Amino acid sequence: MDEASTDASIVMREVTKRHGDTLAVDRLSLTIRKGEFFAILGPSGSGKTTTLRLLAGFEQPDAGEIIIEGQPMQGVPPNRRPVNLVFQNYALFPHMTVAQNVAFGLEMKGLQAAEIGPRVAEALEMVRLAGKQDRLPSQLSGGEQQRVALARALVNHPAVLLLDEPLGALDKQLRLEMEVELKALQERVGITFVCVTHDQEEALTMSDRLAVMHHGRLLQVGTPEEIYTAPASAFVASFIGVSNSLPGRVQAIEGQRATVAVEGIGLVHAPACTGLRAGTPVLVTIRPERLHLSRDPATDGYQNQIAVRVAKAIYSGNEMHYLVTLPNNLTWKARVPNADGTAKRFHAGESAYLKWRTTEAVLLPE
Amino acid sequence: MSTIQLGGAPADAPPKPTFPWLIVPPAATLILLFGVPLALVFAVSFASRGTYGGIEWAFTLGNYTSIADPLYLRIFWRSLWLAVLTTVICLLMGFPLAYVIARAPTRWQGILLFLVIIPFWTNFLVRTYAWMFILRSEGLLSTVLSALGLTHEPLPLLFTDAAVLIGLVYGYLPFMVLPLYAALERLDPSLIEAAWDLYARPFQVFTRVVLPLSKPGVIAGCVLVFIPSLGAYVTPDLLGGARSMMIGNLIQHQYLVVRDWPFGSALSFVLMAGVLAAVLYYLRAGGARSL
Repeated sequence: MDEASTDASIVMREVTKRHGDTLAVDRLSLTIRKGEFFAILGPSGSGKTTTLRLLAGFEQPDAGEIIIEGQPMQGVPPNRRPVNLVFQNYALFPHMTVAQNVAFGLEMKGLQAAEIGPRVAEALEMVRLAGKQDRLPSQLSGGEQQRVALARALVNHPAVLLLDEPLGALDKQLRLEMEVELKALQERVGITFVCVTHDQEEALTMSDRLAVMHHGRLLQVGTPEEIYTAPASAFVASFIGVSNSLPGRVQAIEGQRATVAVEGIGLVHAPACTGLRAGTPVLVTIRPERLHLSRDPATDGYQNQIAVRVAKAIYSGNEMHYLVTLPNNLTWKARVPNADGTAKRFHAGESAYLKWRTTEAVLLPE
Repeated sequence: MSTIQLGGAPADAPPKPTFPWLIVPPAATLILLFGVPLALVFAVSFASRGTYGGIEWAFTLGNYTSIADPLYLRIFWRSLWLAVLTTVICLLMGFPLAYVIARAPTRWQGILLFLVIIPFWTNFLVRTYAWMFILRSEGLLSTVLSALGLTHEPLPLLFTDAAVLIGLVYGYLPFMVLPLYAALERLDPSLIEAAWDLYARPFQVFTRVVLPLSKPGVIAGCVLVFIPSLGAYVTPDLLGGARSMMIGNLIQHQYLVVRDWPFGSALSFVLMAGVLAAVLYYLRAGGARSL
């Protein structure tokens, strides 16, 4: 891990934090590289916010070590850390104007007014808020308040910008715009961003790498593509949006392909992963959008096929969402594009064939 | 008129129900029980004292001009600085207390606030008598201090300005704590963290964020402590005696002992004008907008 420290922005080693009886963060080790957009993804109570507060310095770890930009952070209070936090509710000072909010950090650092003015103007320009410097936060929209919070942090040129659910308070349309904008901003300023979120889409869209947390532990770290295509555990898979799984046992492994016996269904195939032997209990998982639904029993290129009954058909604009019941009474979701017109749609109660290609499935150790 | 209202009212903003007649009982009470006696006192302040202590309706400004006597001015001056000192001490003691209560776990906040208002359960007069026992020369405080070897002779605290000050601070501290608590309880803790994160040292967090945002509570608490302190009567009477008289005692003296009602009335009105002027000045200087 130490060889990485030259380009490491944040190094956490075996960090543990207790809140009463619960382990909020459990032996967390993580290296975040300089200049990367790093997302920490997890459900509420997973310890992701505590991790962020440990980095900001509002809480001190019970055990372990945090190093930011080569400096050990043991006992260093928030006002002496090279990091700034964008709060979930923005925490803008309501009694100060936009410009006074943005200038606050520079003032506290003891910079001269002649230097503060241009830097505040530059920061407001960067978040497209020039001209609003004399407004009070209460006179701004939610999106504008968010951009003030960003400017207030970035104006200090911190080594690391911490973001706590930065888009959580925005409506969906604005959130999608801000995802793109945040990513572009991060690339422009080149500062390490560490963003905590419970929204998997947000994390996948914005981050260079992300970590998935659950019950205070780090489950998987990787690029969005790695996490999306090769989730390492059942929890990561379900949290990242894979809702379909089949429990079974490995029957045979031939090269890249494993054959899995599933009770009540028969044999299905999936790409083999490491550590598999015949008899290993596994989960075969597959994403709803990778499934194909057909009235024709012909395999036509799909290596896996199960006869199912459509339990529910939901029209959702460009897609149909189907809930289908498998022979072993499990319910799966399938998302099928609507481009083919109404003739090919299925209705509740119909029988159909669920098909998928072996390469689309992911095997997870159970 | 009604058609215009119907056509012009936006569909998503139904008119709020108003009950203007609800203010009739309190307004009538105030006019009858406050306005009328006040007008009487105002009228009497321009009358003259009768030979045997009655009121003679002969117009004079003499009651007001005789207040300029150095004897009375000294009492006004003592009242003013005792009230200011009481307010400042209550603020310095009440702010940390209110802050601790506002930051305590929710179930503790109720208990702590309850403790703050417990003194109200006992009559103010009785509590002030209790302070006489504590402060007198052979009293509790003096005994404890000499037992600890801190003093070697009886402490003559009772019937001094210090005793009055102690009594006033004791009596009015809750009036400072409650509005301060209300203001601090509303303060978003993440604002404090934000200031801390933006390089502010703890003292700067206090002066730049906590204090400005609790200003409405500071103003309300100071007004609530200053006004009754300036006109205090029971506390200086029992703990200050004749040596530490305040305006309230002077007015009582004029009405009941000297039986000069016109002069007592004039004193009352000067006190009221003084309070009004002080509070208006304070509100303007302190930014009444934030109330």
